[in-house]
Amino acid sequence: MTDWAIAVTPPGWRQWLLAETPHSRLQARLSRAYLSWIAFTRNPLAMLGLAMFLVLIFFAAFAPWVTMHSPIEGDLASRLLPPGGDHWLGTDQQGRDIWSRIVYGSRTTLIIIFMVAITAAPIGIVIGTTAGYIGGWVEGLLMRITDAFLAFPKLVLALAFAAALGAGIENAILAIALTSWPPYARIARAETLTVRGTDYVAAARISGASDIRILVGHIMPMCMPSLIVRVSLDMAGVILIAAGLGFLGLGVAPPQPEWGQMVSDGRAQILEQWWVCTFPGIAIFIVSLGFNLIGDGLRDVLDPREG
Amino acid sequence: MIEIENLSISFGHGADRVDAVKNVSFTVAPGESYGLVGESGSGKSTILRALAGLNPYWTGRMTLAGHALAAKRPRAQRRLVQMVFQDPYGSLHPKHTVDHILSEPLTVHGFDDIETRVRAALDRVGLGPSFRFRYPHQLSGGQRQRVAIARALILEPKVVLLDEPTSALDVSIQAEVLNLLTDLRQQLGLTYVLVSHDLGVVAHMCARLSIMRTGEVVEIASADELSEGRLLHAYSRQLLIASRGYDTEAIAAFGDF
Amino acid sequence: MDKGPILEIEKLNIRFNTPVGEVHAVRDVSFTMGREKLAIVGESGSGKSQTGRAILGLTPGKVTAEKLAFHGQSLMNLTPQQWRTIRGKRIAMVMQDPKYSLNPVMTIGQQLLEAARDIKEGAEARQHALGMLAAVRIRDPERVFRAWPHELSGGMGQRAMIAMMLIAEPELLIADEPTSALDVTVRLQVLAILDDLVKTRHMGLIFISHDLNLVRTFCDRVLVMYAGQVLEKLTASELEQAKHPYTRGLLACPPEIDHRRQRLPVLQRDPSWMEPVSS
Repeated sequence: MTDWAIAVTPPGWRQWLLAETPHSRLQARLSRAYLSWIAFTRNPLAMLGLAMFLVLIFFAAFAPWVTMHSPIEGDLASRLLPPGGDHWLGTDQQGRDIWSRIVYGSRTTLIIIFMVAITAAPIGIVIGTTAGYIGGWVEGLLMRITDAFLAFPKLVLALAFAAALGAGIENAILAIALTSWPPYARIARAETLTVRGTDYVAAARISGASDIRILVGHIMPMCMPSLIVRVSLDMAGVILIAAGLGFLGLGVAPPQPEWGQMVSDGRAQILEQWWVCTFPGIAIFIVSLGFNLIGDGLRDVLDPREG
Repeated sequence: MIEIENLSISFGHGADRVDAVKNVSFTVAPGESYGLVGESGSGKSTILRALAGLNPYWTGRMTLAGHALAAKRPRAQRRLVQMVFQDPYGSLHPKHTVDHILSEPLTVHGFDDIETRVRAALDRVGLGPSFRFRYPHQLSGGQRQRVAIARALILEPKVVLLDEPTSALDVSIQAEVLNLLTDLRQQLGLTYVLVSHDLGVVAHMCARLSIMRTGEVVEIASADELSEGRLLHAYSRQLLIASRGYDTEAIAAFGDF
Repeated sequence: MDKGPILEIEKLNIRFNTPVGEVHAVRDVSFTMGREKLAIVGESGSGKSQTGRAILGLTPGKVTAEKLAFHGQSLMNLTPQQWRTIRGKRIAMVMQDPKYSLNPVMTIGQQLLEAARDIKEGAEARQHALGMLAAVRIRDPERVFRAWPHELSGGMGQRAMIAMMLIAEPELLIADEPTSALDVTVRLQVLAILDDLVKTRHMGLIFISHDLNLVRTFCDRVLVMYAGQVLEKLTASELEQAKHPYTRGLLACPPEIDHRRQRLPVLQRDPSWMEPVSS
């Protein structure tokens, strides 16, 4: 039984990546990544999620080429047209093409996801591993701060930050990131507590490695699998919170397209011109589902449990 | 080489306090192989970990190669003593290649010729260069333990602490690893402190040993005395009988210590 | 008491599907046993544990056999209902570490009562359970009955495990490295208990271990396994005259207390040992 993913790899590369005896650290690392990739491709649902993600990227990158109308300028004479003909998904109250707005809105979604991930995850890892490794009152303090943030429902806290900071995509990103890091800190701390007592960390201490070296080189790599899985599963939630903020008018400033705002704007017309809020809603659903599937697939590969 | 005087180690406070090691003393001459024998809870591993510098909370005196050891160890002093752990599956970082595992101590101590030393270390433990960029999960238990030994030797220590180094290995692999350890001690003039619950391993590897029970030294004997059954304390004798195998009469005579 | 064999196995094979292909973990293993103490000895990867589990239908691999019969009844392809009449009741299993085989969120008493559920009820069940704890020489059965698994030492936990497994009075006990996690004096005491129970209840015992020197003093017969096959079958007293070089190698390589050697003999693995044994 040959995996298609192995079959499509050029034979020269394949040999190098599957070599039993790697000749450099780079080769060893890439080989390991390659094997994880192969395992990932064996999961059909995970591949579906990946496909959805790739479609999202494609649309974001090639937005001008797959749309025929401007997403921000509307023709008032073509208000609220049903799907079909020139406007594949219809138009909204201001005559803007919904398909275009969804496609350009994918850029907003991608920016939000990416920025939240690279902001919240490092904060969480650093706080969590430091707390877990140092212990004592430092751990207590950091974890209580984490608990304080966790005590608030995410959307409510994000709302509070966004309302305080004002509308706009940067503030929305900041607000969401500030509510997303606590679970990562918790996960990182839990992993750190386990890893801290292992023999390999003891061996590193015996050879005189500094605490920083142990934290960064030994402990953080062991936190990565759980964190990667958690972050990808969270991305679905981030999209929804961003949509929620947009729905409440605290996200991206109009006329920039953002899916949540589109759903909000279309509320009044939901019964007669259902397409105005339904299609952005479907877009949110598909991308959230995609990230969930990717997250599950990554968990099976990185953090496998016996079947 | 090693002098331990009135070493005491306890964990916890108040009602939960456990006195793991109570006033233990022994000495190890340079180049000697010394055994610490006991069952679980005897404190033997606790002593080893304190010697290795993993536990700063102890009282008493510990001297290593003439240096009095303190709770905090300066980095350079770390080179004197290294350790091989029991579980080959837990003592190597799962995400580090063998090369990384061996070169890290060298990087920490600022060596230049890391490449040469890593290759020499692998060679010394009987692993060829093909093992250099493998991950631990690609190695067998015996191979992992060899890497652990290579790591322990890479900083050229004077003392190597061995915490049940072969108890997790198959008996045929154990023989290979014990032979390797014997050879290395002769070649490099090392001093060993070996902790084990297996009297056979201790009799084979060590010249002298302390038999421990619940944190105290019950008897200090030579390996010859052990082999010839000339042990004095009742607990030591019971341990020796138990190590010989199943014997219904002997078991009936076991006391509770 | 019938004198016939209680277990008959002929050409047992266990195969696993792994990402790197099919692994043939157990190959054409055949043996019969009566009410005796039979040891299956081998190193890791020899297939000894899988063989033990296959008897109880607990292996995830694919099991095929010409015959796998317990008291004449075939153990192949049983339904879950049929297994419930056998597992725990007629064939029981004790595993290596009570830390992992005892349920940490139930007291010992609760677990004993659960094991006795189908044979006794109410107050009678409790008495029976306490009696079992006394039979494994636990000095204070009431206290252990109320205790949680983490409160017990390794030896006590293993004894509680044995009590639990024998409470339904099975005819065959499979013990998979039952003493490997125990201290050496406790180990022998647990073995003495097993020995006693096996004798008084006329049970058969399959003792799976990697320690050849231990089983030669404890068991009646020994099966030596390597790479999934049985290489040699001997009575324990005949071990000194073992013919197969692997068995002789296993006997020679552990360090001996009373006979110190400079270097230990190293087992040279002959690739021909992997080839199918002509039986």
